[in-house]
Amino acid sequence: MSSVLYDVPGPKARRVSLIGSVVGSLLILGLLAWIVSTLAQQGIFEGRRWAIFTRADVWTLLGNGIGATLSAAAVAAVIAFPLGLLVCLLRISDLAAIRIPTRIVLEFLRGMPVVLMMFFVLLVFGTNQFIAVVAGLVLYNAAVFAEIIRAGIQSLPKGQREAGLTIGLTSFQSRMIIELPQAVRRMMPSLVAQLVVLLKDTSLGYIVAYGELLRAVQVMADFLGTQFLFPIFFVAAAIYIAINICVSRIAVWIERRGSKKAAGGVAKAEPEPIEAEVK
Amino acid sequence: MDVIIENLPLYWEGFLRTLFLSAVSGVIALLLGTVLAAARVSPVAALRGFSMAYVEILRNTPLTIAFFFAAIVLPRLGVKFEQFEVAAIIALSAYTAAFIAEAVRSGVNSVPVGQAEAARSIGMKFGQVLSLIILPQALRTVIPPLINILIALVKNSSVAGAFFVLELFGYGRQLANSNGDQVLAVLLGVAFFYLLITVPLGILASTVERKVAIAR
Repeated sequence: MSSVLYDVPGPKARRVSLIGSVVGSLLILGLLAWIVSTLAQQGIFEGRRWAIFTRADVWTLLGNGIGATLSAAAVAAVIAFPLGLLVCLLRISDLAAIRIPTRIVLEFLRGMPVVLMMFFVLLVFGTNQFIAVVAGLVLYNAAVFAEIIRAGIQSLPKGQREAGLTIGLTSFQSRMIIELPQAVRRMMPSLVAQLVVLLKDTSLGYIVAYGELLRAVQVMADFLGTQFLFPIFFVAAAIYIAINICVSRIAVWIERRGSKKAAGGVAKAEPEPIEAEVK
Repeated sequence: MDVIIENLPLYWEGFLRTLFLSAVSGVIALLLGTVLAAARVSPVAALRGFSMAYVEILRNTPLTIAFFFAAIVLPRLGVKFEQFEVAAIIALSAYTAAFIAEAVRSGVNSVPVGQAEAARSIGMKFGQVLSLIILPQALRTVIPPLINILIALVKNSSVAGAFFVLELFGYGRQLANSNGDQVLAVLLGVAFFYLLITVPLGILASTVERKVAIAR
Protein backbone atom coordinates (compact mmCIF):
# COMPACT_ATOMS: atom_id res chain seq x y z
CA MET A 1 0.00 0.00 0.00
CA SER A 2 2.62 2.47 1.05
CA SER A 3 4.21 2.65 -2.40
CA VAL A 4 0.82 3.65 -3.80
CA LEU A 5 1.07 6.92 -1.92
CA TYR A 6 3.88 8.36 -4.00
CA ASP A 7 5.14 8.12 -7.58
CA VAL A 8 7.95 5.79 -8.47
CA PRO A 9 10.89 7.97 -7.52
CA GLY A 10 12.83 9.36 -10.44
CA PRO A 11 16.50 10.36 -10.22
CA LYS A 12 15.66 13.70 -8.60
CA ALA A 13 13.20 12.28 -6.07
CA ARG A 14 15.65 9.49 -5.23
CA ARG A 15 18.33 12.07 -4.58
CA VAL A 16 15.98 14.11 -2.36
CA SER A 17 14.92 10.95 -0.53
CA LEU A 18 18.55 9.90 -0.07
CA ILE A 19 19.42 13.33 1.32
CA GLY A 20 16.35 13.10 3.55
CA SER A 21 17.46 9.69 4.77
CA VAL A 22 20.98 10.88 5.48
CA VAL A 23 19.79 14.02 7.27
CA GLY A 24 17.19 12.03 9.21
CA SER A 25 19.75 9.40 10.21
CA LEU A 26 22.20 12.12 11.23
CA LEU A 27 19.54 13.79 13.37
CA ILE A 28 18.71 10.51 15.08
CA LEU A 29 22.38 9.67 15.50
CA GLY A 30 22.98 13.18 16.87
CA LEU A 31 20.17 12.72 19.38
CA LEU A 32 21.63 9.37 20.43
CA ALA A 33 25.12 10.89 20.69
CA TRP A 34 23.71 13.68 22.87
CA ILE A 35 22.00 11.14 25.14
CA VAL A 36 25.15 9.03 25.35
CA SER A 37 27.36 12.03 26.12
CA THR A 38 24.92 13.26 28.78
CA LEU A 39 24.96 9.80 30.30
CA ALA A 40 28.75 9.67 30.08
CA GLN A 41 28.98 12.98 31.97
CA GLN A 42 26.97 11.35 34.73
CA GLY A 43 29.58 8.61 34.76
CA ILE A 44 27.14 5.96 33.59
CA PHE A 45 29.69 4.15 31.46
CA GLU A 46 32.32 3.72 34.13
CA GLY A 47 33.30 0.10 34.35
CA ARG A 48 32.62 -0.22 38.05
CA ARG A 49 28.97 0.59 37.54
CA TRP A 50 28.57 -2.28 35.13
CA ALA A 51 30.91 -4.57 37.04
CA ILE A 52 27.97 -5.58 39.25
CA PHE A 53 26.81 -7.78 36.43
CA THR A 54 29.78 -10.05 37.09
CA ARG A 55 28.28 -10.82 40.46
CA ALA A 56 26.21 -13.98 40.59
CA ASP A 57 23.78 -12.69 43.20
CA VAL A 58 22.70 -9.79 40.96
CA TRP A 59 21.74 -12.28 38.27
CA THR A 60 20.03 -14.48 40.84
CA LEU A 61 17.87 -11.53 41.94
CA LEU A 62 17.13 -10.56 38.35
CA GLY A 63 16.30 -14.19 37.60
CA ASN A 64 13.95 -14.31 40.58
CA GLY A 65 12.26 -11.15 39.30
CA ILE A 66 11.80 -12.66 35.84
CA GLY A 67 10.53 -15.87 37.40
CA ALA A 68 7.99 -13.95 39.48
CA THR A 69 6.85 -11.98 36.43
CA LEU A 70 6.49 -15.05 34.23
CA SER A 71 4.82 -17.20 36.87
CA ALA A 72 2.20 -14.54 37.62
CA ALA A 73 1.54 -14.16 33.89
CA ALA A 74 1.37 -17.93 33.32
CA VAL A 75 -0.97 -18.63 36.24
CA ALA A 76 -3.20 -15.70 35.28
CA ALA A 77 -3.35 -16.76 31.62
CA VAL A 78 -4.16 -20.37 32.47
CA ILE A 79 -7.05 -19.30 34.72
CA ALA A 80 -8.29 -16.37 32.61
CA PHE A 81 -8.73 -18.24 29.34
CA PRO A 82 -11.19 -20.96 30.48
CA LEU A 83 -12.95 -18.38 32.64
CA GLY A 84 -13.23 -16.11 29.60
CA LEU A 85 -14.79 -18.98 27.59
CA LEU A 86 -17.30 -19.61 30.35
CA VAL A 87 -18.19 -15.92 30.71
CA CYS A 88 -18.53 -15.67 26.94
CA LEU A 89 -21.12 -18.47 26.99
CA LEU A 90 -23.03 -16.62 29.71
CA ARG A 91 -22.77 -13.35 27.77
CA ILE A 92 -24.42 -14.84 24.65
CA SER A 93 -26.91 -16.97 26.57
CA ASP A 94 -30.46 -17.13 25.22
CA LEU A 95 -31.78 -16.21 28.65
CA ALA A 96 -31.89 -12.47 29.22
CA ALA A 97 -31.70 -13.11 32.99
CA ILE A 98 -28.18 -14.49 32.50
CA ARG A 99 -27.08 -12.37 29.55
CA ILE A 100 -27.82 -8.91 30.93
CA PRO A 101 -26.17 -9.22 34.38
CA THR A 102 -23.11 -10.78 32.70
CA ARG A 103 -22.94 -7.87 30.33
CA ILE A 104 -23.07 -5.35 33.19
CA VAL A 105 -20.31 -7.15 35.06
CA LEU A 106 -18.18 -7.30 31.91
CA GLU A 107 -18.59 -3.59 31.22
CA PHE A 108 -17.66 -2.89 34.82
CA LEU A 109 -14.51 -5.01 34.67
CA ARG A 110 -13.39 -3.69 31.32
CA GLY A 111 -13.80 -0.08 32.40
CA MET A 112 -11.58 -0.49 35.43
CA PRO A 113 -7.82 0.04 35.70
CA VAL A 114 -6.14 -3.32 36.33
CA VAL A 115 -4.00 -1.84 39.09
CA LEU A 116 -7.15 -0.76 40.94
CA MET A 117 -8.42 -4.35 40.86
CA MET A 118 -5.11 -5.67 42.18
CA PHE A 119 -5.20 -3.09 44.94
CA PHE A 120 -8.81 -3.95 45.70
CA VAL A 121 -8.10 -7.67 46.07
CA LEU A 122 -5.01 -6.93 48.14
CA LEU A 123 -6.76 -4.70 50.66
CA VAL A 124 -10.34 -5.97 50.76
CA PHE A 125 -9.52 -9.68 50.82
CA GLY A 126 -6.19 -9.28 52.58
CA THR A 127 -4.45 -11.74 50.26
CA ASN A 128 -0.73 -11.87 49.59
CA GLN A 129 0.72 -9.91 46.69
CA PHE A 130 0.97 -12.85 44.28
CA ILE A 131 -2.73 -13.67 44.60
CA ALA A 132 -3.66 -10.00 44.28
CA VAL A 133 -1.66 -9.65 41.06
CA VAL A 134 -3.03 -12.86 39.57
CA ALA A 135 -6.61 -12.03 40.61
CA GLY A 136 -6.41 -8.55 39.08
CA LEU A 137 -5.02 -9.95 35.84
CA VAL A 138 -7.56 -12.79 35.74
CA LEU A 139 -10.59 -10.52 36.32
CA TYR A 140 -9.60 -8.08 33.62
CA ASN A 141 -8.29 -10.50 31.02
CA ALA A 142 -11.12 -13.00 31.40
CA ALA A 143 -13.46 -10.12 30.54
CA VAL A 144 -11.37 -9.21 27.50
CA PHE A 145 -11.04 -12.84 26.36
CA ALA A 146 -14.82 -13.21 26.66
CA GLU A 147 -15.38 -10.17 24.44
CA ILE A 148 -12.83 -11.36 21.87
CA ILE A 149 -14.40 -14.82 21.64
CA ARG A 150 -17.87 -13.28 21.44
CA ALA A 151 -16.71 -11.18 18.51
CA GLY A 152 -15.37 -14.40 16.94
CA ILE A 153 -18.67 -16.22 17.38
CA GLN A 154 -20.63 -13.30 15.94
CA SER A 155 -18.35 -13.17 12.92
CA LEU A 156 -19.22 -16.77 12.01
CA PRO A 157 -21.74 -17.30 9.22
CA LYS A 158 -25.24 -17.70 10.66
CA GLY A 159 -25.58 -21.05 8.90
CA GLN A 160 -23.09 -22.68 11.26
CA ARG A 161 -25.39 -22.43 14.25
CA GLU A 162 -28.52 -23.06 12.20
CA ALA A 163 -27.02 -26.24 10.77
CA GLY A 164 -25.99 -27.37 14.23
CA LEU A 165 -29.50 -26.85 15.60
CA THR A 166 -31.05 -28.52 12.54
CA ILE A 167 -29.19 -31.78 13.06
CA GLY A 168 -30.60 -31.90 16.57
CA LEU A 169 -27.83 -30.44 18.70
CA THR A 170 -29.00 -28.45 21.67
CA SER A 171 -28.10 -24.77 21.80
CA PHE A 172 -25.30 -25.53 24.25
CA GLN A 173 -23.93 -28.38 22.16
CA SER A 174 -23.90 -26.21 19.07
CA ARG A 175 -21.95 -23.54 20.92
CA MET A 176 -19.43 -26.03 22.27
CA ILE A 177 -18.97 -28.31 19.26
CA ILE A 178 -19.59 -26.04 16.28
CA GLU A 179 -19.10 -22.38 17.15
CA LEU A 180 -16.48 -22.10 19.91
CA PRO A 181 -13.75 -24.10 18.14
CA GLN A 182 -14.10 -21.98 15.01
CA ALA A 183 -14.32 -18.73 16.94
CA VAL A 184 -11.24 -19.47 19.05
CA ARG A 185 -9.30 -20.40 15.96
CA ARG A 186 -10.42 -17.32 14.08
CA MET A 187 -9.55 -15.01 16.97
CA MET A 188 -6.20 -16.65 17.74
CA PRO A 189 -4.14 -13.57 16.75
CA SER A 190 -6.20 -11.29 19.01
CA LEU A 191 -6.02 -13.80 21.85
CA VAL A 192 -2.23 -14.04 21.63
CA ALA A 193 -1.98 -10.25 21.35
CA GLN A 194 -4.01 -10.04 24.55
CA LEU A 195 -1.50 -12.44 26.15
CA VAL A 196 1.20 -9.85 25.43
CA VAL A 197 -0.94 -7.25 27.20
CA LEU A 198 -1.34 -9.62 30.13
CA LEU A 199 2.40 -10.19 30.30
CA LYS A 200 3.03 -6.45 30.19
CA ASP A 201 0.44 -5.83 32.90
CA THR A 202 2.30 -8.07 35.35
CA SER A 203 4.61 -5.07 35.74
CA LEU A 204 1.73 -3.38 37.58
CA GLY A 205 2.62 -5.79 40.36
CA TYR A 206 5.39 -3.32 41.14
CA ILE A 207 2.73 -0.94 42.46
CA VAL A 208 1.25 -3.48 44.88
CA ALA A 209 4.79 -4.46 46.00
CA TYR A 210 4.83 -7.86 44.27
CA GLY A 211 8.45 -8.96 43.82
CA GLU A 212 8.50 -8.92 40.02
CA LEU A 213 11.29 -7.75 37.76
CA LEU A 214 10.87 -4.00 38.27
CA ARG A 215 10.55 -4.41 42.04
CA ALA A 216 13.77 -6.47 41.94
CA VAL A 217 15.45 -3.52 40.17
CA GLN A 218 14.23 -1.13 42.84
CA VAL A 219 15.31 -3.42 45.67
CA MET A 220 18.79 -3.90 44.18
CA ALA A 221 19.21 -0.15 43.58
CA ASP A 222 18.20 0.57 47.18
CA PHE A 223 20.53 -2.12 48.45
CA LEU A 224 23.60 -1.62 46.26
CA GLY A 225 23.38 2.16 45.92
CA THR A 226 21.59 4.44 43.51
CA GLN A 227 24.59 4.74 41.19
CA PHE A 228 23.69 1.24 40.03
CA LEU A 229 20.07 2.15 39.30
CA PHE A 230 20.61 2.95 35.62
CA PRO A 231 22.64 -0.14 34.67
CA ILE A 232 20.26 -2.50 36.45
CA PHE A 233 17.19 -0.74 35.10
CA PHE A 234 18.63 -0.79 31.59
CA VAL A 235 19.33 -4.53 31.65
CA ALA A 236 15.99 -5.40 33.26
CA ALA A 237 14.01 -3.25 30.82
CA ALA A 238 15.87 -4.81 27.89
CA ILE A 239 15.02 -8.32 29.14
CA TYR A 240 11.38 -7.40 29.71
CA ILE A 241 11.00 -5.81 26.28
CA ALA A 242 12.81 -8.71 24.57
CA ILE A 243 10.39 -11.22 26.13
CA ASN A 244 7.41 -9.15 25.01
CA ILE A 245 8.73 -8.75 21.48
CA CYS A 246 9.17 -12.53 21.24
CA VAL A 247 5.56 -13.14 22.27
CA SER A 248 4.33 -10.43 19.88
CA ARG A 249 6.25 -12.09 17.06
CA ILE A 250 4.51 -15.37 17.86
CA ALA A 251 1.19 -13.53 17.51
CA VAL A 252 2.21 -12.16 14.11
CA TRP A 253 3.42 -15.61 13.02
CA ILE A 254 0.11 -17.22 14.03
CA GLU A 255 -1.77 -14.54 12.14
CA ARG A 256 0.26 -15.18 8.96
CA ARG A 257 -0.13 -18.92 9.29
CA GLY A 258 -3.88 -18.50 9.84
CA SER A 259 -4.32 -16.35 6.75
CA LYS A 260 -2.41 -18.90 4.65
CA LYS A 261 -4.70 -21.67 5.94
CA ALA A 262 -7.72 -19.58 5.08
CA ALA A 263 -6.46 -19.31 1.51
CA GLY A 264 -6.55 -23.09 1.18
CA GLY A 265 -3.18 -24.00 2.63
CA VAL A 266 -1.36 -22.49 -0.30
CA ALA A 267 0.35 -19.15 -0.04
CA LYS A 268 -1.13 -16.80 -2.58
CA ALA A 269 1.32 -16.07 -5.34
CA GLU A 270 2.01 -12.36 -5.09
CA PRO A 271 2.22 -10.69 -8.49
CA GLU A 272 5.63 -9.16 -9.03
CA PRO A 273 5.42 -5.43 -8.25
CA ILE A 274 5.88 -3.55 -11.49
CA GLU A 275 7.62 -0.58 -9.87
CA ALA A 276 10.50 -2.78 -8.80
CA GLU A 277 11.46 -3.35 -12.40
CA VAL A 278 11.48 0.29 -13.46
CA LYS A 279 14.96 1.63 -13.30
CA MET B 1 -20.59 5.28 52.24
CA ASP B 2 -19.83 8.11 54.68
CA VAL B 3 -16.18 8.06 53.76
CA ILE B 4 -17.00 8.82 50.11
CA ILE B 5 -19.31 11.71 50.96
CA GLU B 6 -16.86 13.15 53.49
CA ASN B 7 -14.00 13.03 51.00
CA LEU B 8 -15.95 14.04 47.94
CA PRO B 9 -13.73 17.11 47.36
CA LEU B 10 -10.66 14.84 47.24
CA TYR B 11 -12.36 12.47 44.83
CA TRP B 12 -13.38 15.40 42.67
CA GLU B 13 -9.84 16.80 42.65
CA GLY B 14 -8.45 13.40 41.72
CA PHE B 15 -11.09 12.99 39.04
CA LEU B 16 -10.17 16.35 37.51
CA ARG B 17 -6.46 15.51 37.58
CA THR B 18 -7.11 12.15 35.91
CA LEU B 19 -9.12 13.97 33.24
CA PHE B 20 -6.35 16.54 32.84
CA LEU B 21 -3.58 13.92 32.54
CA SER B 22 -5.61 11.90 30.05
CA ALA B 23 -6.60 14.91 27.96
CA VAL B 24 -3.11 16.39 27.68
CA SER B 25 -1.45 13.02 27.04
CA GLY B 26 -4.22 12.10 24.61
CA VAL B 27 -3.73 15.22 22.49
CA ILE B 28 0.08 14.84 22.44
CA ALA B 29 -0.21 11.14 21.65
CA LEU B 30 -2.70 11.76 18.81
CA LEU B 31 -0.37 14.28 17.19
CA LEU B 32 2.78 12.24 17.72
CA GLY B 33 1.06 9.03 16.65
CA THR B 34 -0.21 10.57 13.41
CA VAL B 35 3.25 11.94 12.62
CA LEU B 36 4.74 8.49 13.31
CA ALA B 37 2.17 6.85 11.04
CA ALA B 38 2.95 9.37 8.29
CA ALA B 39 6.66 8.66 8.72
CA ARG B 40 5.93 4.95 8.48
CA VAL B 41 4.47 5.28 4.97
CA SER B 42 6.80 8.04 3.77
CA PRO B 43 9.26 7.60 0.89
CA VAL B 44 12.24 8.39 3.15
CA ALA B 45 13.76 5.14 4.40
CA ALA B 46 15.30 6.59 7.57
CA LEU B 47 11.92 7.93 8.74
CA ARG B 48 10.27 4.59 8.02
CA GLY B 49 12.93 2.76 10.01
CA PHE B 50 12.74 5.16 12.94
CA SER B 51 8.95 4.98 13.12
CA MET B 52 9.01 1.20 12.92
CA ALA B 53 11.60 0.88 15.68
CA TYR B 54 9.77 3.36 17.92
CA VAL B 55 6.43 1.60 17.57
CA GLU B 56 7.90 -1.88 18.01
CA ILE B 57 9.82 -0.98 21.16
CA LEU B 58 7.23 1.22 22.87
CA ARG B 59 4.36 -1.18 22.18
CA ASN B 60 6.28 -3.93 23.91
CA THR B 61 7.34 -1.83 26.88
CA PRO B 62 5.27 -2.34 30.02
CA LEU B 63 3.75 0.99 31.01
CA THR B 64 5.18 0.73 34.51
CA ILE B 65 8.67 0.57 33.03
CA ALA B 66 7.97 3.71 30.98
CA PHE B 67 6.78 5.45 34.15
CA PHE B 68 9.72 4.16 36.18
CA PHE B 69 12.05 5.54 33.53
CA ALA B 70 10.37 8.96 33.35
CA ALA B 71 9.77 9.45 37.07
CA ILE B 72 12.74 7.75 38.75
CA VAL B 73 15.56 7.11 36.27
CA LEU B 74 15.41 10.43 34.35
CA PRO B 75 15.73 12.66 37.46
CA ARG B 76 18.81 10.66 38.49
CA LEU B 77 20.29 11.39 35.08
CA GLY B 78 19.89 15.12 35.55
CA VAL B 79 16.55 15.69 33.83
CA LYS B 80 14.61 17.31 36.66
CA PHE B 81 10.92 18.08 36.51
CA GLU B 82 9.18 20.77 38.52
CA GLN B 83 6.17 18.51 38.89
CA PHE B 84 5.76 14.78 38.56
CA GLU B 85 2.78 15.41 36.27
CA VAL B 86 5.29 16.21 33.52
CA ALA B 87 6.96 12.82 33.90
CA ALA B 88 3.55 11.15 33.87
CA ILE B 89 2.50 13.00 30.72
CA ILE B 90 5.78 12.09 28.99
CA ALA B 91 5.40 8.40 29.85
CA LEU B 92 1.71 8.24 28.95
CA SER B 93 1.95 10.11 25.67
CA ALA B 94 5.10 8.33 24.47
CA TYR B 95 3.47 4.97 25.24
CA THR B 96 0.06 5.76 23.76
CA ALA B 97 1.53 7.34 20.60
CA ALA B 98 2.86 3.93 19.52
CA PHE B 99 -0.63 2.42 19.64
CA ILE B 100 -2.16 5.40 17.85
CA ALA B 101 0.50 5.15 15.13
CA GLU B 102 -0.42 1.50 14.53
CA ALA B 103 -4.15 2.30 14.43
CA VAL B 104 -3.69 5.19 12.00
CA ARG B 105 -1.42 3.09 9.80
CA SER B 106 -4.04 0.35 9.58
CA GLY B 107 -6.51 3.10 8.67
CA VAL B 108 -4.22 4.29 5.88
CA ASN B 109 -4.04 0.73 4.59
CA SER B 110 -7.85 0.48 4.60
CA VAL B 111 -8.30 3.41 2.19
CA PRO B 112 -8.92 2.00 -1.30
CA VAL B 113 -5.84 2.08 -3.53
CA GLY B 114 -7.70 4.05 -6.19
CA GLN B 115 -7.88 7.09 -3.91
CA ALA B 116 -4.12 7.49 -3.79
CA GLU B 117 -3.75 6.64 -7.45
CA ALA B 118 -6.32 9.24 -8.45
CA ALA B 119 -4.60 11.84 -6.26
CA ARG B 120 -1.22 11.06 -7.78
CA SER B 121 -2.58 11.08 -11.31
CA ILE B 122 -3.73 14.67 -10.90
CA GLY B 123 -0.17 15.51 -9.89
CA MET B 124 -0.26 15.58 -6.09
CA LYS B 125 2.96 15.08 -4.15
CA PHE B 126 3.30 12.64 -1.24
CA GLY B 127 2.54 15.28 1.40
CA GLN B 128 -0.57 16.39 -0.44
CA VAL B 129 -1.77 12.84 -1.08
CA LEU B 130 -1.40 12.03 2.59
CA SER B 131 -2.77 15.17 4.18
CA LEU B 132 -5.57 16.00 1.72
CA ILE B 133 -6.76 12.59 0.52
CA ILE B 134 -5.64 9.65 2.63
CA LEU B 135 -5.50 10.85 6.24
CA PRO B 136 -8.96 12.49 6.32
CA GLN B 137 -10.48 9.19 5.18
CA ALA B 138 -8.17 7.02 7.26
CA LEU B 139 -8.78 8.94 10.49
CA ARG B 140 -12.50 8.63 9.98
CA THR B 141 -12.42 4.85 9.80
CA VAL B 142 -10.13 4.53 12.81
CA ILE B 143 -12.18 6.72 15.16
CA PRO B 144 -13.63 3.72 17.07
CA PRO B 145 -10.21 2.07 17.67
CA LEU B 146 -8.78 5.49 18.57
CA ILE B 147 -11.50 5.97 21.18
CA ASN B 148 -10.68 2.53 22.56
CA ILE B 149 -7.03 3.56 22.82
CA LEU B 150 -8.09 6.71 24.66
CA ILE B 151 -10.17 4.61 27.07
CA ALA B 152 -7.07 2.52 27.74
CA LEU B 153 -5.17 5.78 28.26
CA VAL B 154 -7.62 6.91 30.94
CA LYS B 155 -7.21 3.60 32.72
CA ASN B 156 -3.44 3.66 32.25
CA SER B 157 -3.24 7.10 33.84
CA SER B 158 -3.93 5.28 37.13
CA VAL B 159 -0.31 4.11 37.06
CA ALA B 160 0.67 7.75 37.62
CA GLY B 161 -0.88 7.43 41.08
CA ALA B 162 1.96 5.11 42.03
CA PHE B 163 4.56 7.59 40.79
CA PHE B 164 3.90 10.57 43.05
CA VAL B 165 1.01 12.10 41.10
CA LEU B 166 -2.13 12.59 43.14
CA GLU B 167 -4.85 11.63 40.68
CA LEU B 168 -7.86 9.42 41.24
CA PHE B 169 -5.92 6.26 42.07
CA GLY B 170 -3.34 8.21 44.11
CA TYR B 171 -6.04 9.74 46.29
CA GLY B 172 -7.74 6.35 46.47
CA ARG B 173 -4.56 4.85 47.88
CA GLN B 174 -4.23 7.65 50.40
CA LEU B 175 -7.83 7.32 51.53
CA ALA B 176 -7.55 3.54 51.73
CA ASN B 177 -4.55 3.90 54.01
CA SER B 178 -6.17 6.43 56.30
CA ASN B 179 -9.55 4.68 56.43
CA GLY B 180 -8.44 1.10 56.94
CA ASP B 181 -11.90 0.00 58.06
CA GLN B 182 -13.75 1.28 55.00
CA VAL B 183 -11.45 0.14 52.21
CA LEU B 184 -14.29 -1.41 50.21
CA ALA B 185 -16.28 1.84 50.05
CA VAL B 186 -13.20 3.93 49.28
CA LEU B 187 -12.14 1.79 46.34
CA LEU B 188 -15.67 1.40 44.97
CA GLY B 189 -15.83 5.21 44.97
CA VAL B 190 -12.64 5.33 42.91
CA ALA B 191 -14.05 2.70 40.56
CA PHE B 192 -17.22 4.74 40.12
CA PHE B 193 -15.29 7.81 39.00
CA TYR B 194 -13.28 5.78 36.48
CA LEU B 195 -16.47 4.30 35.07
CA LEU B 196 -17.81 7.85 34.78
CA ILE B 197 -15.17 8.41 32.08
CA THR B 198 -14.73 5.00 30.49
CA VAL B 199 -18.35 3.88 30.08
CA PRO B 200 -19.56 6.97 28.15
CA LEU B 201 -16.45 6.77 25.95
CA GLY B 202 -17.16 3.09 25.31
CA ILE B 203 -20.76 3.86 24.32
CA LEU B 204 -19.47 6.63 22.06
CA ALA B 205 -17.03 4.20 20.40
CA SER B 206 -19.72 1.63 19.62
CA THR B 207 -22.15 4.30 18.37
CA VAL B 208 -19.53 5.75 16.02
CA GLU B 209 -18.62 2.26 14.89
CA ARG B 210 -22.23 1.58 13.94
CA LYS B 211 -22.49 4.91 12.11
CA VAL B 212 -19.31 4.32 10.13
CA ALA B 213 -20.38 0.77 9.33
CA ILE B 214 -23.59 2.09 7.77
CA ALA B 215 -21.76 4.77 5.83
CA ARG B 216 -19.48 2.27 4.11
